[in-house]
Amino acid sequence: MKELSLNILDIAENSVRAKAKNIGIIIVEDEATIRMDISDDGCGMTEEFIINVTNPFWTTRKTRNVGLGLPLLKMEAEMTGGYVEIKSQHESENPLNHGTVTTALFYKNHIDTTPLGDIIATIVTLIQCNPKLDFLFRHTMPDKTVSLDTREMREQLGSVPLNNPEVVQWMKEYLGEQYAATI
Amino acid sequence: MKSLAELAAIRDKMKNKVVLREGSGDTRVVVGMATCGIAAGARPVLNAFVEGITAADLADKVTVTQTGCIGICQFEPVVEIYESDKEKVTYVKMTPDKAAEIIEKHLKGGQVVAEYTINNYKG
Repeated sequence: MKELSLNILDIAENSVRAKAKNIGIIIVEDEATIRMDISDDGCGMTEEFIINVTNPFWTTRKTRNVGLGLPLLKMEAEMTGGYVEIKSQHESENPLNHGTVTTALFYKNHIDTTPLGDIIATIVTLIQCNPKLDFLFRHTMPDKTVSLDTREMREQLGSVPLNNPEVVQWMKEYLGEQYAATI
Repeated sequence: MKSLAELAAIRDKMKNKVVLREGSGDTRVVVGMATCGIAAGARPVLNAFVEGITAADLADKVTVTQTGCIGICQFEPVVEIYESDKEKVTYVKMTPDKAAEIIEKHLKGGQVVAEYTINNYKG
């Protein structure tokens, strides 16, 4: 992937397909590393699934025998000296508290590290395509924190859906202003 | 500065608007957003549709949504357009520029842009 934000979009789509209701996208950056946690309350993965999930020749898809999202993320993270870690509770094992947390750590100064890219487009795309789900986004940088919580948005919006064009435009500007702000 | 309070203003504005949502004339633009689509550039294509449809004042009639892998990864980004009473149209190897043209000719003008459809590639 050309941008880390595209990996984030891809991994968060796994959460959507796992029928999550709440998805968290937390990015923490310091001088040396960028770490992302994508968490959900979806159906979760069994142990067998987690063991196999970073193998590109193993997939849940019936149409073909390859799945590339997580293997790609793992390869890209490890190329920079970082890692990918997956923690999951499957609904059959833990009916009350299931879901998945995918963590990826990248070292920023490595030559193979791709830039974060257009993270605003990733967040807005996820929300506008899945207006019934709730997303919590937070990006902590050394000098500032950018965040967006769809539950707070819903309190103001009432029955207006999150994919309303004016709401989509508002999200872009709201996040853009937070990124542009200096302290 | 943008604030959450502005969303309440959007809500108040929508109250006065008659929403024709469940009409049978609804058109759906579906963008493939699996790993293959995202890596090939589906995100800017989806955003070009969302922005273009809003700018063309078609947002009440056309919804933009996503799907997983359609199974023709070599043709990604793939966009399918569903209109009631019409056959599905599959556009392949999409770009934001092609999206703008499809909004103008297909969604506004009712003319399928044949050169961008999958049929044109299958020969």
